[in-house]
Parts: sequence; C-alpha cells; structure tokens
Amino acid sequence: MPAETIAPSGGRPALREPLWLRLSLIGGALTFLAVFLLLPLILVFVQALGHGVEAYWDALVEQDAVSAIQLTVLVAAIAVPLNLVFGVAASWCIAKFEFRGKSLLITLIDLPFSVSPVISGMVYVLLFGLNGWLGPWLIDHNIKIIFALPGLVLATVFVTFPFVARELIPLMQEQGTEEEEAAVVLGASGWQVFRRVTLPNIKWGLLYGVLLCNARAMGEFGAVSVVSGHIRGMTNTMPLHVEILYNEYNFVAAFAVASLLALLALVTLVVKSLLEWRYGDELAASARH
Amino acid sequence: MTDISLRSAPQMRVGRWSLRKPSVLPGFGLTLGFTLCYLSLIVLIPLAGLILAAAGLGWSGFWSAVTTPRVLAAFRVSFGTSMIAALINAVFGLMVAWVLVRYSFPGKKIVDAIVDLPFALPTAVAGIALTALYSRNGWIGSWLEPMGIKVAFTPIGIIVALTFIGLPFVVRTVQPVLQDLAPEEEEAAVSLGATRWQTFCRVIFPAILPALMTGTALAFARAVGEFGSVIFIAGNMPGISEIIPLLIIIKLEQFDYAGATAIATLMLMVSFAMLLAINMLQAWMRSRHAG
Repeated sequence: MPAETIAPSGGRPALREPLWLRLSLIGGALTFLAVFLLLPLILVFVQALGHGVEAYWDALVEQDAVSAIQLTVLVAAIAVPLNLVFGVAASWCIAKFEFRGKSLLITLIDLPFSVSPVISGMVYVLLFGLNGWLGPWLIDHNIKIIFALPGLVLATVFVTFPFVARELIPLMQEQGTEEEEAAVVLGASGWQVFRRVTLPNIKWGLLYGVLLCNARAMGEFGAVSVVSGHIRGMTNTMPLHVEILYNEYNFVAAFAVASLLALLALVTLVVKSLLEWRYGDELAASARH
Repeated sequence: MTDISLRSAPQMRVGRWSLRKPSVLPGFGLTLGFTLCYLSLIVLIPLAGLILAAAGLGWSGFWSAVTTPRVLAAFRVSFGTSMIAALINAVFGLMVAWVLVRYSFPGKKIVDAIVDLPFALPTAVAGIALTALYSRNGWIGSWLEPMGIKVAFTPIGIIVALTFIGLPFVVRTVQPVLQDLAPEEEEAAVSLGATRWQTFCRVIFPAILPALMTGTALAFARAVGEFGSVIFIAGNMPGISEIIPLLIIIKLEQFDYAGATAIATLMLMVSFAMLLAINMLQAWMRSRHAG
C-alpha cells in the first residue's frame, strides 16, 4: 500500500530507485529468504518423505513417537491455559488501572524472553533437583518434579510466560477504560463487565497471543531438555524425540516427527497472517514484534 | 450499585497511600495480586535461587569457575558468532524490510508472512534442517564443499543457525518505522536537489537507524542464549565451536552445579545488561519517532 504512495508510477526519478536497483534489491531479499527460510522448510518434508509414505507413517505411529506427541500436547494443554489466565489478569490490572511501579512490572513480565532457554530450565533444577534447595524435602514426600511432567510444564510455562500478556497489554491500553466504566455505572458486576465488554473487544488479540504461546510451548527445546531427563516414552517431548532420533542417525524418523512440528509452525503462520489481515485493527499496534 | 456509592471511598484511601489512581472498575486487587504471585513463583523466585546459589560460591569461587580456558573460549564463540549473525541480519533484514514496504511484487503477502517462520518453527527442527542442508552431501553443502568452504560442524554453521533465528527481529522492528516515514521529508529533500542516494543517506537512514539498532540488538540478545538450532550444526568442539548454553548443560550433566551456576549467572547478567540497552534504544526510537 505505501509502495504506491511513495513511489508514484510516473516521472519523479529522484523519489524512487532506478529499475535495475529495485529489481536487484527485490532479487537479493527474495534469494536471502529463499536460502535461509524456505530451503530448510522444504528440506524437512523432502527428508521425511524420502523413503516413501509408508516409512513416514511407520515413524509417526511408532510407540515412542506417539507418546512424545501425547506428552507435547499434554504439556501445552496445561501450560498455555495457565499463561492465558495470567495474561488476562496481568493485562487487566496493567491496562485498566494507574499505579506505581507499573513499568517495572511490565519489564518483569517480559523478563523470560531475555533469559536463555537453558537457564530457564536450569533454575528449576537448582530449585527442585536432587541437590536443589527443595530437593531433599521433595524426596521425603515422594514428589517428582525434575525429570517428570511437572518440571516440563514449569519450564514451558517459563519460556512462554509473556506471550499472552504482551499481546493483550498494549491492546487493552489502546482501548481505554470508558466502555468498562459505562458498564459498571449501569450496574454490571466485575465478571459481567469482563465477559460482555472486555472479552469481545480483545478476543482476536487473545487468540493471537494463545496461538504464538502454543507454538512456542510445543516447540520448546532448550528449557525442557534440561528438566526432562530424556526418558524415552516417558519424558520425551516431540522436539526432544527429534533430537534422539537424529543422534541415532535415524534421519527418516527424525524428519518425520520434525515435519509434524514444521506443519504446526506453518498452521500457526497461516492463522496468524489471517488474523493480521482480517482483524489487524483489533490486534495491538505492537503485535508485529 | 455498591461500586458507585463507594466511589469516593477509594479516593480517600488513595490519598493516604497514593499507590494508584482511583477507578470505578473492579478487580484491581485480585488481578494484581494474582499477577504478582504467579510472576514470583514462576520467574522471580527461581531466578533469585540461581543468583543466591551463585552468591554462595563466593567471589573467588565464582571467578575461578568463569575464567577457565574452556569457559572463556565458549564466551568468545557465543559472542563472536552472535555478533556476526546480528550484523548479517542488520544488512539483509533492512533489505527485506525495505523491499516489503517500498516495492510491490507478486506473492508479497506470503513473503511477508514467511519472515516470521523462525519465530514459529521449533528450534530443534531448524537445527536438524540446517545441518542436513549444509553438511557435506546436503543441498548447499555439496556446492560449498568443492570450494573448500565447510559450514556444518564449524563456527560458520553456528553463524548460519543464528542468522536464521534472528532474522525476524530486524525486519519486524524496521518495517513499521519505514512504513510510517512521512513522504514529505523525502519530497523536500528531492525538491532541494538531493539525489536518491543522498536522500537515503541523509533523510531515510537516520530516521530508521534507532529501529535498525534495536532490531540488531534484539537479534544479538536472542542469539547469545540460543541453544536448539545451534547444537546440531555446531559440531560442539570445546574451545572452537562450543557455545555457552551447551557448556551450561554439560556442566549440569556432570553434576558440576557450581560451575553451571556461575556461568549461568554471568549469562543472566549479560542478558539483563542487553535488556537495559534495548530498553534505552527503544526509548530513543520512540522519541525520534515522535519528533
């Protein structure tokens, strides 16, 4: 759209680049994207299907692969709703109220994005691991967190912590508080205000945040790698299963499981783009990172 | 109804505490309380645990753990490759953003969407795909091998993976700024006799420089901590292609918790410094943008 306004089709050569430069810039950018983004994506599917559809299918229905898929879905099904509730609560108090220390709170919510995934997993090992602060107590009470489901969920919650909140905060700040105030003055209860006024306003932004949160939750590798213990069929998520298969030189199976994750990424991108194209003005201005 | 009748009451309370401005909306205490609890339990207390553990090592213990030759080499590898990858992304990210904002060509919307692929594609998938692509008999590796260029299992491979990971940061930071540039400034430059190149250097580039630097810093910060996409392609030779996050995992697996804690804490401090720098860059970007 702005391309036309800035580079009008006629005359004014000094306002646009010469044709050869325009073409080579487009060519350069597209080549770069093709080599760095498209080729790896295509390769995943070519490798996965390289030995035929049957080998591909066998790799996906193999027992360890199935339990890895189940575990990944289970972890995301716990972690994403947790961060959804948190994101809504955090953006409600940050966007609808003025209080001291707000910008500090926003910075702290964004903090997990600046921490290396490996460290995100490691902090829980230091806390709940065998030699951790709470390790002896947990052993006495026969509670397993590290190398078990709770550890995987915790690490996933940590790395996906800001997604919903950082999408909703700017959106709800933009929308202001007038509609909610009107509802309260008309006698609506807090829950009614949220459900009837706020939620319809933020639903697409909420979906957008959940979508990105889920993609990261299912694809996380570094953080869960530290807390998982890599027990086949027990604590292996899909990305960890891909690693094990790859290191065993079982490339067809590794790329078969990887292709499912790549498919998830593609679906995420498609839905995300559709949301941006159709409901762009109902998403936060800063949504596009 | 009670909410309305209480309208003056919170104001009085606020007058005493002045922690927040009055509002008729309900749920402040509940949501803020929940937010703070959840934030503390998931993020703050675990991170504080790491820093406490590092403090327990004492200064000399900390210092000797982070200054072994292997750790220093890993820091050099991590920061060096991240820096180069961020610079590559600065150049090509600017180019991609420019092309997406200024030109129209078939399939532009799809190209725009695919820029976010590194955000959506799990890092482990990117890692094995790039490795297969650049290994000796891969699609690209088999081209580069006869020229004597080895990418997979060398530091160049790390740079390739980190370039992949960091690409969207520069594009997505520069793109909106480029989009919002007022065409009048360029028209003014032209009417004063500037060539296209002069207009770019003197008018456009200074306007997008803060965004470009912010995007590059974001890409760098992400690259320093990146793990999944790197370990497959790196070869992981201690001292040559071993990155800091991997070294932390190795120390953890050897139950060298003191060593892992010290390195992780140093990394964390670097991340916080980067976060501070990025926040300052963003403030600069906003002020430049507003003015």
